[in-house]
Amino acid sequence: MADAPTTEADGPTAPALDERAQQVLARLEAELGDALVEHGSALGDLVVRVRPDAWRRAAEACRQALDCDFLSFVSGIDWMPTPVVEEDAGGDTSSPVQPREMTFGVAGSAGRLQVFAHVESTYAPHWAVTLKTDVDEAAPRLESWVPVYAGADWHERETWEMYGVVFDGHPSLRHLYLPAEFEGHPLRKDFPLLARDVKPWPGLVDVEPMPGESEAGETAGEGEDAS
Amino acid sequence: MTTTPPRDIPEFDVDPTLYRHLADTQMNVELDTGDMILNIGPQHPATHGTLRLVVRLDGERVVAADPIIGYMHRGYEKLVEFRTYPQITTLINRIDWLSSFANEVPFIAAAERLMEIEAPPRAQWIRTTLTELSRIATFLLFLGEMGLQVGAITPAFYGFRDREYVLNLIEAVTGGRFHPNFNRIGGIKEDLPWGWIADCKQAMAKVLESCDTFEDLVVGNPIFEQRTRSIGIIPASVGASYGVSGSNLRASGVDWDLRRDGKPYLPYHELDWKVWTHPDGDSFARYWVRLQETRESARMVLQLVDGLPSGPIMAKVPRIIKVPAGEAWINTENPLGEMGYYVVSKGATGPFRVKIRSASFSNVSILPWVLRGVFVPDVITILASLYFILGDIDR
Repeated sequence: MADAPTTEADGPTAPALDERAQQVLARLEAELGDALVEHGSALGDLVVRVRPDAWRRAAEACRQALDCDFLSFVSGIDWMPTPVVEEDAGGDTSSPVQPREMTFGVAGSAGRLQVFAHVESTYAPHWAVTLKTDVDEAAPRLESWVPVYAGADWHERETWEMYGVVFDGHPSLRHLYLPAEFEGHPLRKDFPLLARDVKPWPGLVDVEPMPGESEAGETAGEGEDAS
Repeated sequence: MTTTPPRDIPEFDVDPTLYRHLADTQMNVELDTGDMILNIGPQHPATHGTLRLVVRLDGERVVAADPIIGYMHRGYEKLVEFRTYPQITTLINRIDWLSSFANEVPFIAAAERLMEIEAPPRAQWIRTTLTELSRIATFLLFLGEMGLQVGAITPAFYGFRDREYVLNLIEAVTGGRFHPNFNRIGGIKEDLPWGWIADCKQAMAKVLESCDTFEDLVVGNPIFEQRTRSIGIIPASVGASYGVSGSNLRASGVDWDLRRDGKPYLPYHELDWKVWTHPDGDSFARYWVRLQETRESARMVLQLVDGLPSGPIMAKVPRIIKVPAGEAWINTENPLGEMGYYVVSKGATGPFRVKIRSASFSNVSILPWVLRGVFVPDVITILASLYFILGDIDR
């Protein structure tokens, strides 16, 4: 099952894993067995998706079997499509238009919310791997990585306040960036960017047509697809 | 109520001085006045901005420290989802504002790799030159300011003066001292101005000279050594598990530099240079490693301007930049440590999600560990020697 092809969002010419990444994958498969759901390649780098219940075990495997002693980051992704602002409503139209259907990235996903992390090795072959895992949208919970990587403390606090993922076994899950009374999870896609709602970005008004271009036509590539 | 049975206490032949120690301990317990909470910041000269540090003190000793961040949180990870790729470089200039140019490089590299565009060699060499120049500018400020934090005011003047030579070079090329916004997807905005290479060589000679000054003035200073040696020791394994990177980790003896060991992102392998490490892991080692790296960068810049290839500075890029769907993780050796962007694209003109991995965030997250048990004046030394930029913590 680990040989499953990567998802269509990977692009037509997803580069294969390089030799170093294949060694990492072989070791991880030996350590994790069927807890490793899927793997993929992000420009040649290894991305693996593990079962949520094996999230901490994956960290331990990375630390012990792969010598990945360096924690780069832990964060989340919300795959929900960006809510569309209706142009007739006079809303903001300057933002890039993202696809309206839900697609998942490298190594796939079971649902909307994912937590992902990157670990590296400071030792000679410098192995590195990006780990992803699915979290339940209704009650996002995961085991904390703090016992394995002490530095996961702040990263998990950030992921908790930005995505609402609760980390079991975290020593003190409290707000990191935002004030203590803040409500909502700002990096989720359904959390609006209030600044844009209050006052639409005025940049488009200033764009004059290029010489030789029609007035109504292209507006010099400001976000919108001009063609 | 149960009583514990009397224990049979064996009689030892005890040195009478031990009883005195016991009596002292008893006295200390009786005189215990409880811990004191000291609030450092958010506005404090040693915090380079708005880092707040709540420390619990027992006398002069720190029992526990809790850094409180977020006073400058600007939410860049949210803001970039509402912008196009070319617009984003303006934002990420402001993450680590002392080495803005080095911030742009990994993001632009991620977009370029997803688009399968490669910047021409001349653009890559100019990028490398400017990245190293911003590293020198960042470190020169550190070399001066570290002296200031332990009570020596002279190095600060040298640091600020010599940094200006380098900032003038960056300004001459890009037009901005701090926020160049100079990288474009597929190359750079403009070529080097006329006569710049000669100026650059002169400035590098001054930088190398200034490194010698710091070596004499600060590193060789017994007072500085007393204030920094064996203060704030970070063992390599602890540092790595907290994600401490860059010069801070190399000062703990870890021979790991993304310019040499990471995925190639700029032509560093064509240069002759060396990765410096120090086995001690204390504040002095962090100062020493940065001093050597400043020298090494100046030598690299001299090699870079000598071997600058000719040719175009921009690759062929479509007028409206759309990045194909995919994911890219590019991490680079920023002056402050590992700076990385995990870019998720869905084929639009802007990214779907960008995770910004900034160096100072992880470097500062070790503070609760490293500040435990140190004296109050050493808190300032350790903060200065870890060298963080607030914008790089809060993003």
